[in-house]
Order: sequence, then structure tokens, then C-alpha cells
Amino acid sequence: MIVSVASGKGGTGKTLVATNLALSLAREDRVQLLDCDVEEPDAHIFLKPVIHQSKPVFIPVPQVDEEKCTHCGKCAEVCAYHALAVLKNWVLVFHQLCHGCGACSYLCPEDAITEVGREIGVVEIGNSKGIEFIHGKLNIGEAMAPPVVREVKKYIKPGRTTIIDVAPGTSCPVVEAVKGSDFCLLVTEPTPFGLNDLALAVEMVRELGVSCGVVLNRAGVGDNKVEDYCLKENIPILLQIPLDIEIARLYSQGIPLVEGMTTYRETFLKLFHDMAQVVPQRAR
Amino acid sequence: MKEIVVLSGKGGTGKTTIVASFAALAKDKVMVDCDVDAADLHLLLQPVIKDSQEFRSGQTAIIDEAKCNQCGLCQDVCRFGAIKDFKVALVSCEGCGFCFHVCPEGAISMQENLSGSWFISDTRYGPLVHARLGVAQENSGKLVTVVRQNAKLMAERQGLSYILSDGPPGIGCPVISSLSGVNLALIVTEPTLSGMHDLDRIVGVCHHFGVPALVCINKYDLNEENTLQIERDCQERGIEAASRIPFDNVVTEALVKGLPVVEYSQDKVSRQIERLWQTISSSLGE
Repeated sequence: MIVSVASGKGGTGKTLVATNLALSLAREDRVQLLDCDVEEPDAHIFLKPVIHQSKPVFIPVPQVDEEKCTHCGKCAEVCAYHALAVLKNWVLVFHQLCHGCGACSYLCPEDAITEVGREIGVVEIGNSKGIEFIHGKLNIGEAMAPPVVREVKKYIKPGRTTIIDVAPGTSCPVVEAVKGSDFCLLVTEPTPFGLNDLALAVEMVRELGVSCGVVLNRAGVGDNKVEDYCLKENIPILLQIPLDIEIARLYSQGIPLVEGMTTYRETFLKLFHDMAQVVPQRAR
Repeated sequence: MKEIVVLSGKGGTGKTTIVASFAALAKDKVMVDCDVDAADLHLLLQPVIKDSQEFRSGQTAIIDEAKCNQCGLCQDVCRFGAIKDFKVALVSCEGCGFCFHVCPEGAISMQENLSGSWFISDTRYGPLVHARLGVAQENSGKLVTVVRQNAKLMAERQGLSYILSDGPPGIGCPVISSLSGVNLALIVTEPTLSGMHDLDRIVGVCHHFGVPALVCINKYDLNEENTLQIERDCQERGIEAASRIPFDNVVTEALVKGLPVVEYSQDKVSRQIERLWQTISSSLGE
């Protein structure tokens, strides 16, 4: 079963839920934790994995052989991202704009374009407390997170319980991480920001055809509008974590909640089992 | 005219809370919400929309079943796994058009995406330019560029002193679009190991693009040891850690009331944000 943990709003507790869920399950199940928040991956802070493999992520970008090139302009014409500009006797390649689709090299009538890898990030693979750990890191200054997310997701093994920590927001890096999940846990907080962004995230997961449930973090602050919304939209609230300064302190030190407050292990196991009840049959 | 963007790397550190308070404190300004895929600033500024525009960007492939002879070439060439059983999965299509160009039957067309909307609004603090990216759409970076350009145009026309921009979390495409060419990036962090890790990366992005940065530590009293560490790290990197804001539930109370915290309470949090704004406005020389 593949469970993604997303939120819309940042800082609601995605990494808290993803890492503690993985740690609680590790005793009784074969668990993978994939940190797909490749812009700001933080799960490793809590899981402290031993990394045994590190693989750079490349995207293929065009390299033009000026000997063969006739400057016909076909490559620039087919590139949807304006990553190529053909001048009178020169082809300019804007690497940062290239999505690596390969259309230019395939369609070049002179066979003058080859593709070379440009490194945009890294995937690291390791182990932590019985959990298979994989995360991606986008290089500083790089714009495109989805190719790194795709590389991380290649490590998903069928038959395992795979937990995916997702970036905040609802756009392409989030969609890339969540799609294909059997279930999406949406972590939110009982504030107008939490509600607004939860509603956006719900629209997103529905668009992807992934069923979802809510984890309400810092319960007790703010108002009751998230609960009203979930009731109206028929979305189960699977767990409420109270506002507790002790939880925040453990988090600030990088100590997993289930290790600092061990009773939470049962709480997260129950979350998993409750979730399994509402997951579509095919995935169990 | 000076443009200030508030960023954080890590989400949920307090960007919008601070921008909304700056909106109440600064004179002659336009606000812009660059967090286009989870925009929240409008919840505190209560805008009245005056102008609404469609945002069209990118394309999606469509296969005409009547013309398709199921040769499978489109599926073979697509690197995004977007075509299965001769149908295009809309959420996977990156709009590159490779399939469109190679289809021997001319069965594939490319359709422009309606990717969202953007708005010019009035608020009681001044004009706001904001947007809403469509569900599961891409190109948020381009939409950020559109809202920023319009805020700039407005600032120039009306002779405004500041553009106050609420940035997105992360370090990728929409952050880079929010950051390029601004006068100052205020980075809001928190004294947690995650906050510190993410701070390091967003500071790296600011350096990479040559944007001056200033750091504000929110909820500093959550872990004072980490706060001191952040201040030391900032000093080492030549960045000013300009402000410490304490943890206080008034921030959430103000949010529930739909008010910038400086208008809701006069306590420590508000005083620190006022002082931070003074630091920023004087450092920008206006």
C-alpha cells in the first residue's frame, strides 16, 4: 500500500506524521519512507538514516553538433519550452528551461542533436531503524522538482508499505508525489489558513482519483471550521494531535514523537489500521 | 520603489502572518501573493476583487480516437508516461508536444491549458495582486511572474514606495520566480532542526541569485539553543538575524479573527514585527 502525506499548507506536520507512522509500523511491517519534498527534505533529520547509496539525478538536455547542424530551425520550432534558439549559424541552448522531453533530438532532420545529462539533484538511499529510506534533494538554484520526485518514486517496491512525505502546495511537485497513491493523508491545522489550503488539497487529490483522510494537528487552537468542512465533504478525520508544547520541543530537536512520547506509537498504529479500513479494497 | 519578498524554505513558519502585518504598517505599497498554489494572504487582507484575468499557460495533448490507428508511437516517445491505452493522462502530460509532432496519422492536437486566474483587488491596506492556480496545474512560476509584473506596473504608475510579496515555501520554480531581482528577501525561520536545515538551503538560493537576505526567527523561545545557533550561523554567513518573535497564541487568535496580528494585539509579537519593519524600511533607505 502506498500512502502519501500531503497538506496544501506548509508546516502543518506532514513530516511528523510520515516519519512517526513509518517508525511505528517498522516493527510489524516492511516499510519504506520516501521523502519526496525534494526542495526541502527534512525526514532524514528525524530518521537519521545510514545512507549507503547516492545517485545523481540527471535530465537529458540537447547538445548540438555544429558540424552537422544546418540551422534549419526545426528544434526551436518543436520545443514547447523555448529552450532552444536557432541563430544564423549558432544554436543557443537554455538548459534551465529544458524539460528533457527529447523531441528536438528525435526530430532533428540532420541527426545533429544528442542528449547529455545535466545534474539537477541527487537521490540517496539508506536504512533507518528497520525502515528503507529514500529521499531526493534538488540542487540549489534548480527550478524543476518533478524529475527528482520521479526518480525517488522509482524505488517503490510492490508489497511493501510505502509512506511518501510530500512538499507543501498543490501544484506539479505535489501532484507528481501523490499520484499513484492508494491513500493520501492530508495534515492540517484548525485555522483559516489550514482550512483554505486543505480544501485546495482535497480538490487536488480528487482530481487524481486518490481517496483521502485528515489528520488534524494542533487540535484545540483556532476554530472548528475544519471539522465542519470534513463533515460536509464526508472526509474522515483519522487522527487529532493536540497542541502540546512538548511535541513542538521534541520536533525542534529532531526527536521523533514516538521516541520522546512512546504512547504515540499506539496512536500511529491505530491511525494506520483505521486508514486501512477506508482504503479501497484493491490496495490492501 | 523597493520590492521585498518574504520566504522561508520550510512552510508554515509565519510568512503570511508577517506580510499581512507589514501591509498594515507600511505606507504607499502594493501587496502581492506569490504563493499561487496555496494562497492565504487574502484571508487576512479581505480583498474586494476589481479585476479578474484568466491565466493560460502550457498545453495538453489530445488524441482524436477517430484518426488514431493505435500504432503506439506516441506512447513510445512520451518520457512522462502520460499516454496509456491511447489516452492522455492529463495530470502527467507536460505539454511538450513530442507525440503531436511524431503521430503519423495527425491524430494528436495540442490544447492550451486554462491554468488559473489572477486578480487585482482593493483591500483596506492598499491594492493586492493575487492569483489562484487551477487544481493540479503546473507553471506556477509563470503565474508568479505575471502577478509580480502587474504589481510592479501598479507601483510604478501610482508612485508607490514598496511591493510587499508573500512568497511560496520551498526553493524551486515558484520561489526562483518570486526572488529574481527583488531588493530584499526576508527569510522567516523557526528554531527547529527542520527550520534550520531549510533556512540553509533558501539562503543558498538567495546567494545564488545575488539577492540580499535578512533573517527573522519566529517562535524563537520554542528552542533558545537553536535560536542562538541560527544567529551564529547567520553571522558566519554575513546575514543579519534581525528579529526574534516569541511564540504566542495571539497569532492564531488574530488569524481566526481575520486580522493582521499587529492590528489585533499590542503585545510582544506585534512590537517585534513593528521593529522588524522599521529595520527593513530603514535598511532599504526610505
